[in-house]
Amino acid sequence: MRRLVAIAAAIAVLSACEREDREFRPPPVGTEAEAPVTLSSIAPGTGPAERPGEMGQAYEENAYHLSEGKRLFTWFNCKGCHANGGGGSGPALMDDSWIYGGALLNVVQTIREGRPNGMPSFRGKIPEEQIMQIAAYVRSMERQVPQDAAPGRNDDLMPRPSEHRLPARPAVPGGTVPPSGQAPQ
Amino acid sequence: MRCCRPALVALPLTLTGCTGWQSSLDPQGPQADTLATMFWVFTAILALVWLLTMAALFLSLRRARAERAGPLVLEPQAERSMTRAVSAAVAFTAAIVIALTVVSYAAQRALFSSHEAPLTLLVKGHQWWWEVTYEDGQPSRRFTTANEIHVPVGQPVLIKLQSSDVIHSFWVPSLAGKMDIVPGRENRLVIEASKDGIFRGQCAEFCGWQHAHMAIAVVAHPAEEFERWRENQISAAEPPDDPLRKRGMEIFLSRPCVMCHQIRGTPAAGKVAPDLTHVGSRLHIAAGTLPNSRGNLAAWITDPQGIKPGAHMPLMKLAGDEIEPLTRYLEGLR
Repeated sequence: MRRLVAIAAAIAVLSACEREDREFRPPPVGTEAEAPVTLSSIAPGTGPAERPGEMGQAYEENAYHLSEGKRLFTWFNCKGCHANGGGGSGPALMDDSWIYGGALLNVVQTIREGRPNGMPSFRGKIPEEQIMQIAAYVRSMERQVPQDAAPGRNDDLMPRPSEHRLPARPAVPGGTVPPSGQAPQ
Repeated sequence: MRCCRPALVALPLTLTGCTGWQSSLDPQGPQADTLATMFWVFTAILALVWLLTMAALFLSLRRARAERAGPLVLEPQAERSMTRAVSAAVAFTAAIVIALTVVSYAAQRALFSSHEAPLTLLVKGHQWWWEVTYEDGQPSRRFTTANEIHVPVGQPVLIKLQSSDVIHSFWVPSLAGKMDIVPGRENRLVIEASKDGIFRGQCAEFCGWQHAHMAIAVVAHPAEEFERWRENQISAAEPPDDPLRKRGMEIFLSRPCVMCHQIRGTPAAGKVAPDLTHVGSRLHIAAGTLPNSRGNLAAWITDPQGIKPGAHMPLMKLAGDEIEPLTRYLEGLR
């Protein structure tokens, strides 16, 4: 009997070996029209503003997509303005304040359409799936993603711990526009 | 004899695998010659040693044993001859090991004695393709290409090996031995082709999902043909003249292609994917995965993840009528 239990336990242990599948063809993302995103909390009429949906969960819980996002963050030179998340001529990404909303789809919208005062639009230049990967990675800088999926290794020297070692913090919508991002007076 | 017949038929068949465009047993340059010679010297000596050992074993098994007077009786005569035989075998073994060490050391000396060559290339290993930069004293004559090295026949070429991500290994068996590519350091290798031809090389250190699809072609030309090729590669891409190819260029520049790839002579200046300035002149696409043809280009652009799962080329969802102009444009980049 004891032996049977041991064998069953060994088999159960083996089942933990596969953490996740790498999806080389990422889950399809609907066209922009299918993903309405609220850009501002101010809305006409009396109804409450539309909230961003829960789409993209699959991207945030998958270590492969997050690591791809991390690679693309460098490849597409997001670092040029946002540095390694600490901010430079662009706002910091690793803090908990989000000028245009901290939900995944807000970040997607920011990358796809651009924002005033410098954030360029990458519409048509970055495939939708890759935008989702980058946005998911941006959220992982603030540990908005599960710890076991967040990237756990930096190839270069980094000014901060790798993403999976950061403390999880809930996103605070709103935030302030840094002086560098404000329109000239 | 009957039992050996299949083996006798099979042996020459296996030997035919030793020639071809990727074989260290079919050397095409002095470096590969040195290695092949060393290989055959080792093989011959060790085969001889093995045969002698086996023969001695066989004879000693077959030899009739002389009767001994008792288990504790000493036989000085036999002991002495045995001591002599064992000493001779040990001395012989030591001599062979030392001789082979000297042969190996001499081959290494010959391979790595010189790091000077008239032509210097910078080969960078990426997951999963090769970036090749031809260095030149004049910056305007420096250019980058991908997955294909052209060399002049009879001239040594210095290859500086760098990695952008993980450990790779550069191996063109017909021309030289393996050399690992380690992130953060530069390894150097000299190759030389003694006659013209196309030699295939590939990554020889497991580097991820598509390690098997990370090949490089080395094309050896006579010197003047090589110069012609180099002049053509230095020049920027010619702007397309017919409307279909013009449309292809517009598609290239307005789609995700432009984020990663470079075509000199256009605003496309991405550095993280293969340079496509003269992609039409290459033998293969996707690092030796497919022969270069318009159909294969279309297949690669339409479904890169089906052909090379895990490659960094994304699925782009181009419209059906965008494929033809785009592939015509790329095909014409010669």
